[in-house]
Amino acid sequence: MTTATSSPRLVVDSLSTSFPTEDGLIRSVADVSFAIQPGKTTALVGESGSGKSVTSLTLMRLLPRTANAQVSGGARFVTREGRTVDLLTLPEREMRALRGNQLSMIFQEPMTSLNPVFTIGEQIAESVRLHKGLDRQAALAHAKRMLDLVEIPAAAQRLHEYPHQLSGGMRQRVMIALAMACDPTLLIADEPTTALDVTIQAQILVLMRRLQAETGMSILFITHNLGVVAHHADDVVVMYAGRVVESAPVRPLFAQPEHPYTQGLLACLPGKARQPGQPKPRRLFAIRGQVSSPLAPPPGCAFEPRCDHAQAGCATAMPPLIDIRLDRQARCTRVQPDAHLARLA
Amino acid sequence: MNAVVAPLIEVRGLKKYFGSGERPVRAVDDVSFAIQPGETLGLVGESGSGKSTIGRTVLRLLERTEGQVLYRGDDIGALSGERMRKLRSKLQIIFQDPYASLNPKMRIGAILGEALATHGLHKGAAARDRRIAELLETVGLRAEHASRFPHEFSGGQRQRIGVARALAVEPEFIVADEPLSALDVSIQSQVINLLADLRERLGLTMLFISHDLDVVEYLCDRVVVLYLGKVMEVAETDELFARPSHPYTQALLAASPKPDPELATERIALKGDIPSPISPPSGCVFRTRCPHAIEACARTVPPLEQVSSGHYSACIRKDLLSPIAA
Repeated sequence: MTTATSSPRLVVDSLSTSFPTEDGLIRSVADVSFAIQPGKTTALVGESGSGKSVTSLTLMRLLPRTANAQVSGGARFVTREGRTVDLLTLPEREMRALRGNQLSMIFQEPMTSLNPVFTIGEQIAESVRLHKGLDRQAALAHAKRMLDLVEIPAAAQRLHEYPHQLSGGMRQRVMIALAMACDPTLLIADEPTTALDVTIQAQILVLMRRLQAETGMSILFITHNLGVVAHHADDVVVMYAGRVVESAPVRPLFAQPEHPYTQGLLACLPGKARQPGQPKPRRLFAIRGQVSSPLAPPPGCAFEPRCDHAQAGCATAMPPLIDIRLDRQARCTRVQPDAHLARLA
Repeated sequence: MNAVVAPLIEVRGLKKYFGSGERPVRAVDDVSFAIQPGETLGLVGESGSGKSTIGRTVLRLLERTEGQVLYRGDDIGALSGERMRKLRSKLQIIFQDPYASLNPKMRIGAILGEALATHGLHKGAAARDRRIAELLETVGLRAEHASRFPHEFSGGQRQRIGVARALAVEPEFIVADEPLSALDVSIQSQVINLLADLRERLGLTMLFISHDLDVVEYLCDRVVVLYLGKVMEVAETDELFARPSHPYTQALLAASPKPDPELATERIALKGDIPSPISPPSGCVFRTRCPHAIEACARTVPPLEQVSSGHYSACIRKDLLSPIAA
């Protein structure tokens, strides 16, 4: 269904989200750009405070109104009908028609993201009644098919159970069934397996892969787990302090990370520190210090205070995101742009 | 195992049931292991496997239901309150959540000083302040941090304070209960290095509880794999990760994704969820999810049997003993 020449399903262009607070403006997401191809998974990777969740909530327009978020930039989404819309400026009524329908989302906490007072069948049925106009009976039948799809045993019976009657893994399956109910073309998964045990995580990841292969949906996968990224993403966007510091296809990113932050993140993983057949290193690599406060960001590169390769210029100006190759970018002064690309520019 | 050195901690047939009556929650059900002086023993398993309960029962923060916990040969559970209080300075714990385990109303100096005062160590304001400054520097913080409150620190710094509090009373044995799981990756490696350094410098013995197999592989000498309150497998770390023998350990290792896209992951799909510890399956507790279960698995509780020197596994499928390559 997808070909190499097909255009991206979502293009995020210079997205910025800021929040006014009593102590000043906090730029949670600054100038973030990336694209997601049809049928592919783009992973958004970063630690707490890197802006990855705010990026997803901004795209879904789910930030609470009381946060008074200031949003700029664009997010061009190609709908099922082939229309290109900007998710950030779309009228609320049209956005509501897309959300939970063509665009859907899975959250980290399956416990708190399901409504405790409705049966899971009612919750899944609600979205198809709303978006597909099915009647109650047909919607419940559809809900049962969705539970079968996510491999929940005894679906007909589970349909009438409440979230508290299910285990964490089962609840996350219900969340996925809910998100998949209207056959979305873009699924945003915000740390969908973080609250789960590894054997359950493996089940959920295999399920998401299978559904993607069957439906051709695109996935924006938000996570801090680089092991999951390595095996389940096609493209990776690494964020640090609200900005993209590196983006690349998954294999080259792990084989040859260009940004010192990405290099540090991979080097400090205990599972990466040890090469087969060699003794474990005496010390793990550690990125020194911690993320700067968003209220007092450093004047230059946000990573400069923690960077082992910082040079004189790094503390004065934020380096631009440099194209290294056609599909790779990094925000670092040490990175050399591809000579051929530079000539084209 | 080396028979010459007496273990520092020995757990024998430990059981911890919650709730009374006919159907208690069998959180820990007949667990035995020993920790040699200077050794770091890893305790791994998923939620509900009983690993935190074991950590707390070993320190007598929870009273056991049955069994013994021996410290240098003495049964901790039989000690009087007075003697137990004295012993507590030798046995310490680092908690999982550095946000919940520090009193928000106390300054760091008071948090550390309280531990010293309780055990009558470093008496006098000057000596106490010197010790607090020394402790903060040991964990990579600065002496002036003593006058600050917990909210002024990041998660990684708070966990360092938790480590300093455990070290304040010069313990011999520390239970580290998921000390890294609330921290970001880049901060995790700082705390791992700190724990490894301290262990070496102070000769600490540790029970390291974690669900993160990569961290356990890096930090521990030996590993105990738990499932539903029972020991599935025990082995030296290198042996366990290279030649996992129990089907549960094999599945656990296969399920944990390595941060390298070039490594093909072997998939061993486990069906369903961990069963309820109120009514655990008969026979082998893992059989309901085990891809190799046979009828006999429902009948007998498999004993922990030696696979090779120092490597024990609780599985009756001896015919499967062709361990998968890591």
